[in-house]
Amino acid sequence: MVDDTWYLILSAVLFTIGGMGVLVRRNPLVMFMCVELMLNAVNLTFVTFSRALDDVGGQVVVFFVLVVAAAEVVVGLGIIVSILRRRPGATADDVSLLRG
Amino acid sequence: MLSAVWLVPALPLAGFLVLLLLGRRLGDPLAGWFATLMVAASFAAGIVTFAGLLAEDAEDRSFTFRLFEWIHVGGFEVDVSFLADPLSVTMVLFVTGVGTLIHLYSIGYMHGDERYPTFFVYLNLFAFSMLVLVLGDNLLLTFLGWEGVGVCSYLLISFWFERNTAAVAGKKAFITNRVGDWGFMVAIFLTFFALGSLTYAGEDGILERAGSLPESTALGIALLLFVGAAGKSAQLPLYVWLPDAMEGPTPVSALIHAATMVTAGVYLMVRVSPILEQADTALTVIGVIGAATALFAATCAVAQRDIKRVLAYSTISQLGYMFLAVGVGAYVAAIFHMVTHAFFKALLFLGAGSVIHGVHEEQDMRRMGALQKYMPVTAATFIVGWLAIAGVIPFAGFWSKDEILASAWQDNKILWAVGFVTAILTAFYMSRQVYLVFYGEARWHERDIKSPDEALAEPEHEPAAATAAPGDEAEHHEGDPHESPWIMLVPLVVLACLSLVGGVINLPWWLTLEHWLEPSLEGSLHELEVAGWIQVTLAVVTLAGAIGGILAARAVYLRQRVPAERVEPPVLQHAWYVDEGLSAVVDGPVEEVADGAAAFDRRGIDGLVNGIAHVIQAGGSQLRVLQTGYVRNYALGMAAGAVLLLAFFITRASF
Repeated sequence: MVDDTWYLILSAVLFTIGGMGVLVRRNPLVMFMCVELMLNAVNLTFVTFSRALDDVGGQVVVFFVLVVAAAEVVVGLGIIVSILRRRPGATADDVSLLRG
Repeated sequence: MLSAVWLVPALPLAGFLVLLLLGRRLGDPLAGWFATLMVAASFAAGIVTFAGLLAEDAEDRSFTFRLFEWIHVGGFEVDVSFLADPLSVTMVLFVTGVGTLIHLYSIGYMHGDERYPTFFVYLNLFAFSMLVLVLGDNLLLTFLGWEGVGVCSYLLISFWFERNTAAVAGKKAFITNRVGDWGFMVAIFLTFFALGSLTYAGEDGILERAGSLPESTALGIALLLFVGAAGKSAQLPLYVWLPDAMEGPTPVSALIHAATMVTAGVYLMVRVSPILEQADTALTVIGVIGAATALFAATCAVAQRDIKRVLAYSTISQLGYMFLAVGVGAYVAAIFHMVTHAFFKALLFLGAGSVIHGVHEEQDMRRMGALQKYMPVTAATFIVGWLAIAGVIPFAGFWSKDEILASAWQDNKILWAVGFVTAILTAFYMSRQVYLVFYGEARWHERDIKSPDEALAEPEHEPAAATAAPGDEAEHHEGDPHESPWIMLVPLVVLACLSLVGGVINLPWWLTLEHWLEPSLEGSLHELEVAGWIQVTLAVVTLAGAIGGILAARAVYLRQRVPAERVEPPVLQHAWYVDEGLSAVVDGPVEEVADGAAAFDRRGIDGLVNGIAHVIQAGGSQLRVLQTGYVRNYALGMAAGAVLLLAFFITRASF
């Protein structure tokens, strides 16, 4: 039986990798995958605590997160694909039309 | 029969609508005939209503015809309903009666005018508004009619708006009346506030409940209503518009600015007399202002050269008489004088219009003279009007003026004295007019009588509204004066007959009008308690004064014993320089204050508002650099925020 602490450490590492990826990378697809990584790091935390506290609520929340993430992927990928189709090789910084 | 009362205003309204749509197609003179027919039918409906009232017992002579619910909000209930009682029916009869005659006259007078149908559209609209004013059973409906006649007055004064003077005179009338309307409106608010109703008659009506008013409130309502009445009825100091209103066509001067509209103020005062009775101070103010106006306007009339301006000042003076009567509590005398005045003043104005026509649109009396030979009918009827207004027995004016003066004697000897002097002046200036126009030498070929101040004293002449047939154009412009067509003479003759016998409606022995009006004036009717021999003495003294005035005018203008310039000082020619004074004040200090206010508005108020906007705009342009459009910047902000929140919870939250 692996100690819960290890799961939480793994989750924190994954979350940090995802967060840094969103902040420093320019490729929209990579940024998008990093967001997914962060979401799944959180999921891992939920599942860990669910098992540790013997409460099914954490697992239920994970299902919600998965559903929202799926919806988000549909919208986000659609936008990204349409941007890349118009301007191949575009980075996130090329899309700055909302500059004040 | 009483239900016919709704037809009284409805018929002129129908005439107005039909002429508005079809006026041009009907044309000249059919449109005029149609308008006349509508007002005549309205007169007939008035007679039917009158007969209906006569059939009732004296106490029951008050009938409200409810047309429809108008405004019902909370406790505020106003209906569109007409009140037929002796007072309103008296007004209806003389408004529609005199109105019909003047419509008839206009058919001839306006013949050939470019906007002939439009003129009758306005006249019918005026008749409708005036009848709503008179018949309305609450203050608000009266106010509606009040505004309606104001608009018509404006439209008709500026009827020949191509002339600048006419356009300006219309504006002057409208703006001056606004001052009065302000008083009327505030009085309506105050009445509703104090009495919870605006309806005149009935148990909940303001007239029944007036007795419960505290004196200060009654005083406020009475004085504010008087402000309204002073504006509409041209009393000091709001009279300035009426002399200029003579820029309108002469039938308009006769109908609106002599016989009917300007008497609306007197009607209002008599209608709300129970409220006036609660405030003695208000009655005193009304009496004093009325007397002052009567005397003031009479002095102005003495030296005017324009035939219509004399009559305008005379109208103001006679209206002053009516307010004097109201002020001394002689409401019946006020209505009596209003009716007789409508007869003889309409007659004089229409006669003046006939003269103006006859001498080819000339209005300066110094270029008339000896017209009696050329215009016998006009001259004869004008002389009847002259004797009536001068107060010569047995003409109508004698009886009504005498009743006012007797009531004034009972109430206040000073007011009587002012009225008496005014009576002498009235006889004098009217005789002057008659002698200058109809007697003496013929002066209508003297085209070059000009005085240095000509431009100011003379309004421009009325544009040609030719009555002559196309064939005699040349004669029309050059030749001798000519008599007017029969259609203009018929109203003159009818009005002359009425001016002659109009006094019978309230002879001192029978007091027909007083008994008739009694139900309307319940609680505010004063018995005349002057002894019979004093009344007779007063009448003889007044008559002697009037004859003295006539003889004095005869000495000056016919026999020329005294040069006319001696009795026409410039100060009177300029009507005490009131208009000049007003212009000087308005062009000088008032304009400076207005300029200052405008500058403060631009710099102060606008500066404040614009300043706030500028600050916000500048702040916004500073903040816009934060919005870079780069996703990473926003993500960093969110991350930083999350870290801060986390730090906050870790350090502050208790585990």
